[in-house]
Amino acid sequence: MMGGVIAFLQGDRQADQVVPPSGFTARLTSFTAGAMAFLTVFALALSLATGRLADRWNAELARTSTVRISAPEGQMAAQSEAVLNVLRTTPGIQTARVMSDAEQRKLLEPWFGPDLPLDSLPIPRLIEVIESSGGPDIEGLRLRLSAEAPGAVLDDHTRWRRPLVTAATRLRMMGLLSILLIAGSTAAMITLAAQSALAANGQVISVLRLIGARDVYIARAFVRRFTVRAFVGALIGTIAAMVTTFFLPAAAEEGAFLTGLGFQGIHWLLPVLIPIMAAIVAFWATRIAAFRVLKRLM
Amino acid sequence: MIELKNAAFSYGGRDILMDMNLRLSPGSFHFLTGPSGSGKTTFMRLCYQALQPSSGLLRIFERDVRAMDRDDVARMRRRIGVVHQDCQFLNHLNLAQNVLLPLQVSEREDEIDEEQLLDLLGWVGLADHKDAMPAELSGGERQRAALARAIIMSPDLIIADEPTGNVDWEMAQRLLSLLIELNKMGKTILLATHDLNLIRTAKAEVSARVLRIQDQRLHLAGADL
Repeated sequence: MMGGVIAFLQGDRQADQVVPPSGFTARLTSFTAGAMAFLTVFALALSLATGRLADRWNAELARTSTVRISAPEGQMAAQSEAVLNVLRTTPGIQTARVMSDAEQRKLLEPWFGPDLPLDSLPIPRLIEVIESSGGPDIEGLRLRLSAEAPGAVLDDHTRWRRPLVTAATRLRMMGLLSILLIAGSTAAMITLAAQSALAANGQVISVLRLIGARDVYIARAFVRRFTVRAFVGALIGTIAAMVTTFFLPAAAEEGAFLTGLGFQGIHWLLPVLIPIMAAIVAFWATRIAAFRVLKRLM
Repeated sequence: MIELKNAAFSYGGRDILMDMNLRLSPGSFHFLTGPSGSGKTTFMRLCYQALQPSSGLLRIFERDVRAMDRDDVARMRRRIGVVHQDCQFLNHLNLAQNVLLPLQVSEREDEIDEEQLLDLLGWVGLADHKDAMPAELSGGERQRAALARAIIMSPDLIIADEPTGNVDWEMAQRLLSLLIELNKMGKTILLATHDLNLIRTAKAEVSARVLRIQDQRLHLAGADL
């Protein structure tokens, strides 16, 4: 099979020359393949990035929860200690610790700025809870907390996590769907370009049929030309998109969603498949179009 | 070589040719005559299967055309050289490349060398034009180039549809003499023409039969000329 592919790519110089050079359809095919490859790289990057985001949110939020204590100034320390006692004796809790003022200030900084006077504001105390693999009985824990510390509220992040993970998963699906749509559009456009080239070369085809050329011989000259053009166009588009992606902002803690949209690690190799896929799509689109047109001729 | 039994061809509900019966023997020379629009070109196209008969039997090289797939038709056409009045070439290739095309599409281009190609072009009087582009050739030169392309595969049958229609008398005689020479080499010739002088000129040199299409039917116009 590999030998067949190499022979196809090397081509038959004499067979290729029976089809006259067609500048417009050549440029159209290369441009289409290049533009589609460019879009595919971004759709792929978006899909992979949202996939990573969904996995990270799922992993990070699934095993953590927060206890928020709202109590009068004089009772804050006592209720905090009571909550910690409950948490230490609850199965399924790995660690629990009171967040420092500096950590709380950092959490609030994006909304209130760096000079927030925590002491003068009635800000609830936060306790970070890391769960062990099995996790605690959430409902039982809530009951115990309300009994020991009436001002404590357990937030297991479920209500945040679910819509975020759902949104990220759907974005990933949309990215994959976009890639399929782009592949379909590429096939449609290359089919139209191939049909246009075949129609423009009606006289060439009828001469070739008259002198005994088989359909496969005529089709091969067109198919190889369009496949090579699509491959070269897609290669250029892919390289351009990868360079652009490389210069996108890297993932940052503060950036959350809009940073880190590029590729990471082995995922940089995936775009290599795009020119190959474009060539395969062009091969079949042109081949089907060519045989359909040739079938109409005797 | 070509056999028709009660063959007919109709198009758009209109009968073009009816009740055709004919057997072209190997090595024979047949003229096909008839008024303009009588169906000569349609008949020729049936003979190299650019058209299919609507009814009846058509056998080419002992094979029923209805049993042929597209690859069979392509292979069958390699045994038939066709020359049209309005012969078509690939305009981006030069004369030598156009003449070599039938060998190339059959993947037999190694069967002829440069010297043999020049001999062939010399035989049709175009050796000096081998690098010329089709647009640079005159009407007569195009006809001779088409003839060279038609015979490069050494076909069993040569079908020429009004090849002398667009050339002067001298060129017409030259083309005829080439076809007669091919017939003497054993090739079967089917030549459509409305030029009776051409048929009379051939009479002296070759045993030819004349077919005539009239009233949508094929008639044998007489004994050997």
